[in-house]
Amino acid sequence: MHKKHWIAIGPTTHIPVREGRAVRVGTREIAIFNLGGRFVAIDNQCPHKGGPLCDGIVAGTAVVCPLHGWKIDLAAGNVVKPEVPVCVETFRTRVDENGIVFVERPSRELALEDGEVAA
Amino acid sequence: MSGSKQLVVIGNGMAGVAFVEQLLKHRLRYEITIFGDETHVNYNRILLSSVLAGEKSIEEIELNGLEWYQKNGIRLQLGVRIVKIDPQGKTVEGEDGSRTRFDKLVIATGSSAVVPPIPGCEKDGVSVFRTLDDTRWMMQRAASGVRAIVIGGGLLGLEAARGLQLRGADVTVLHLAAGLMERQLDLTAGAYLRAKIEALGIRVRTSCATKEICGDGRVEAVRLENGELLAADMVVIAAGIRPNAEIAKQAGLAVNRGIIVDDRMRTSHPDIYAVGECVEHDGQTFGLVAPLIEQGKVLASVLAGNAEVAFRTSITATKLKIMGVDVFSAGLTEAKAGCEEVRFEDPALGIYKKLVLKNNRLAGVILAGDASDSHRYMEWLREGTDLTAKRRQLLFPDPAPDHGASIAQMPDSETVCGCMGVTKGAIIAAIHERGICTMSQLKECTRASTGCGSCSHACESLLKAVAPGFEEEGKKTICKCFPFSYDQLRDIARSQQLRSVQQIIEIYGNGQGCEICKPALSYMVDMLWCGEHEEDRSARFINDRVHANIQNDGSFSVVPRIRGGVTSPAELRRIADVAEKYNVRMVKITGSQRIDLLGVKKADLPKIWADLGMPSGQAYTKGVRMVKTCVGTTFCRFGTQDSIAAGVELERRLENLFTPHKLKMAAVGCPRNCAEATVKDIGLVGNEGSWQVVVGGAAGKTVRRADLLVTVETTQQAIEAAELFFQYYRENANYLERTYDFVERVGIEKIRRDTVYAPENVRRAILDRLRKSKAIARDAWLERDEPAHPTQFIQIEPMPQPLPAAAP
Ligand code: SRM
Ligand SMILES: Cc1cc2nc3c(=O)[nH]c(=O)nc-3n(C[C@H](O)[C@H](O)[C@H](O)COP(=O)(O)OP(=O)(O)OC[C@H]3O[C@@H](n4cnc5c(N)ncnc54)[C@H](O)[C@@H]3O)c2cc1C
Ligand code: SF4
Ligand code: FES
Repeated sequence: MHKKHWIAIGPTTHIPVREGRAVRVGTREIAIFNLGGRFVAIDNQCPHKGGPLCDGIVAGTAVVCPLHGWKIDLAAGNVVKPEVPVCVETFRTRVDENGIVFVERPSRELALEDGEVAA
Repeated sequence: MSGSKQLVVIGNGMAGVAFVEQLLKHRLRYEITIFGDETHVNYNRILLSSVLAGEKSIEEIELNGLEWYQKNGIRLQLGVRIVKIDPQGKTVEGEDGSRTRFDKLVIATGSSAVVPPIPGCEKDGVSVFRTLDDTRWMMQRAASGVRAIVIGGGLLGLEAARGLQLRGADVTVLHLAAGLMERQLDLTAGAYLRAKIEALGIRVRTSCATKEICGDGRVEAVRLENGELLAADMVVIAAGIRPNAEIAKQAGLAVNRGIIVDDRMRTSHPDIYAVGECVEHDGQTFGLVAPLIEQGKVLASVLAGNAEVAFRTSITATKLKIMGVDVFSAGLTEAKAGCEEVRFEDPALGIYKKLVLKNNRLAGVILAGDASDSHRYMEWLREGTDLTAKRRQLLFPDPAPDHGASIAQMPDSETVCGCMGVTKGAIIAAIHERGICTMSQLKECTRASTGCGSCSHACESLLKAVAPGFEEEGKKTICKCFPFSYDQLRDIARSQQLRSVQQIIEIYGNGQGCEICKPALSYMVDMLWCGEHEEDRSARFINDRVHANIQNDGSFSVVPRIRGGVTSPAELRRIADVAEKYNVRMVKITGSQRIDLLGVKKADLPKIWADLGMPSGQAYTKGVRMVKTCVGTTFCRFGTQDSIAAGVELERRLENLFTPHKLKMAAVGCPRNCAEATVKDIGLVGNEGSWQVVVGGAAGKTVRRADLLVTVETTQQAIEAAELFFQYYRENANYLERTYDFVERVGIEKIRRDTVYAPENVRRAILDRLRKSKAIARDAWLERDEPAHPTQFIQIEPMPQPLPAAAP
């Protein structure tokens, strides 16, 4: 059961502190950020015009989209600037004892992997 | 004298003057005299910490100017200390021998710093932290390399320590108790605070008793109880305060720790009242302004004949005023019998929150590391809100999108400014009724945000939202993360030898940073330390992490350097091959005489650069873009100078360097100006036997004809003049200030004096600094072989998933 929920991404060292990296999970692209001892993951698409959030500058616990500067909270996924009631999907992460970062499998992907339909 | 009654106030401080302000509102017929033994008009004592820290000037913290006293007919006796009160004869006696009669007397003498009985406290170099004069003294003494010891790790001691350190001193805090700010925090919060303070570079010793201050007339060291000797050039004592109640006691008034007053601020004598830190009410003395302002309101109302009013002690909140160190406390700090505690802790983020609840109502709160919710908790405390329904969200509110929205949700009755007791409703009423549209008008009219200043954001959001003609004002800071301007930060970074962006943000900013300050600081440390800085890619815009310009679809463009716009058939062939090999979406001749390959994937960048074998054209960064040239004497029938050779040489000399904003140049062979040199940041314009070097031109968002910097004879001289201006701009412009703004701001005359007409040694020094930067400047595209980080250009693929057994 667990196996399906957590996907191993790679060693923590692959994501420098206060930077993000994109990772492809099935059909989705997820941006994982290293907040210094804490990893957070959100959908890599900016809700404005799809900018790559993984390439943004980290400001505290938010990221600023590199295209037009929308600011998205990394923990809650909500847009902080400008004031628009939009959210980005967030995913849980964990780091195991070997220093490997795991991200929770997106629910949409899970349905596909479960496979009954796809198979 | 008229028939007005005489009202005398002893003490020209925050509480006394706030009381007089309230009294004036009641329009009573009093002749008011204020005695103050300090020689300044009333200032905001709270903000002495900000003055010490360099965030505010002395002028900025003045609360009532001399005009205010004059306008309101108040006799102000500055520098006069009252030494005696005669309650029977109803007079007060000044140190100067003067005698003043009163009908009503208000004692507002505040408190004094406690100086513990440590031998040596009288030595030169020892001070307390209470008045403007103390602060001035500290500002004079503290300097780079000075060893300062602060005795006392409470609010005042920590703010003093931080201020001294910001002035360059090497600071140690000695604290008697086991935890910092132990009266407002529990031990855990004290430990969080300590970690934060130490991270700023301040040494902290707790459970540490001072035995003696040593030195021959002047402080040389501090001896601890355990015998240890700590060298010191200055000592600041911040070991608590004691109410100034001595004159009241001598006059026979009831005095315990402070001057005892009833609910109507009356002392044991019917015509003598007291407000401020000098009083004791209901067994309690005071150390924060909020209740003192309330006392002033009550007393004014009492004198106006209002029989109903009564002063009630309310819950006060303490907030540490150190940028980036969020500490907030109110109410109980430990759970007593019948209480329960709710806590949250995240050591990695340095966040600790504790709520003390009693009967499902908030009885106390401690916040360390994140005090953004303090408003909500204060409201719960004041209102005694029943929290049964909120039990699940006590520590984490629904995220408010931003302050604008949270202020909109706030009820009108909620207090915005805790110090001065001003509600949201009162602010809105003032905005509507008085047509207020700036912060200073708001302060003047409502007194909101004239205390500790922590509500200024909230006030500004309200103004923005409610006042139709809102005008931004105040000094320009680099961004919201810092109380300093770019210029100030540059001086700080230089004098404090700060070499990393994160360090500057943590020590001088809010600890987080944003998309505005991070790139600016990245440029700053690079420019200041010529490569001897700590490069931090996370602080750079994506363009500068991958050395390409990000496009609307997240792909990148590649513009190789083609010096002077001069290329060759072989080079063009290579470019064509690369374009085909990587399926580049478009190949385009740019407006800067070079070629752009558009629509490249991030992962392909290093391969494309390798295949091109050309250096980066820096088309993505705030740096040297290009030198456009015209064909000049090489081909042109009108040519008077070899503009191609001059342009190519200039580009070689400056390429790979970074600048406050992008920098574009051109060299033309005659004034026909075919490569548009007179509208470039730097232009060389050829003439028969001479070059004109022009600077600050523009033909982008605005058009500006460049100013003439100098006319010289040789190409070498022209290039040198261009280099002088180039480095001067690098060192003195604000980040994101193009030369056209820089030249306008500074003035071409001054620029000439400081560069081409500066003394020989000054010019040498400028050029030397440029050479030093240039010597370590590298073509960024070489990172194709030595990436700054293994995953710099990579799209990470998930690992092969572990076997079920090994799965977490
Ligand atoms: C590619 C190019 C247009 C072209 O196809 O020719 C171009 C493209 C961009 N220009 Fe430009 N400018 C280009 C020549 C110019 C010129 C002409 C020149 O250099 O002589 C100008 C007028 C001169 C000047 O710089 O003032 C010019 C004035 C601007 C401005 C306005 C600057 C100003 O302060 O007035 C901006 C916006 C800015 O910098 O804030 C800008 C910004 C941009 C950006 C970088 C916008 C951005 O941030 O994404 C465009 C990148 C597009 C992309 O996706 O790659 N570009 N841009 C040219 C690249 C030149 C090169 O080889 O490096
Ligand atoms: C550095 C610092 C930081 C602070 N930070 C905060 C904070 O963040 N939040 C907060 O709420 N509070 C803070 N305080 C406390 C706040 O400043 C005081 O609570 C407030 O100033 C007390 O007002 P007061 O009028 O009672 O006393 P004061 O402001 O001290 O005024 C009393 C005045 O009377 C004069 N005086 C005394 N005796 C005589 C006499 N016999 N004759 C004539 N004049 C006399 C004194 O010299 C003084 O000028 C801070 C204090 C300091 C020093
Ligand atoms: S600027 Fe002068 S030299 Fe250059 S092409 Fe025009 S006419 Fe010829
Ligand atoms: S795409 Fe992110 S801000 Fe526009």
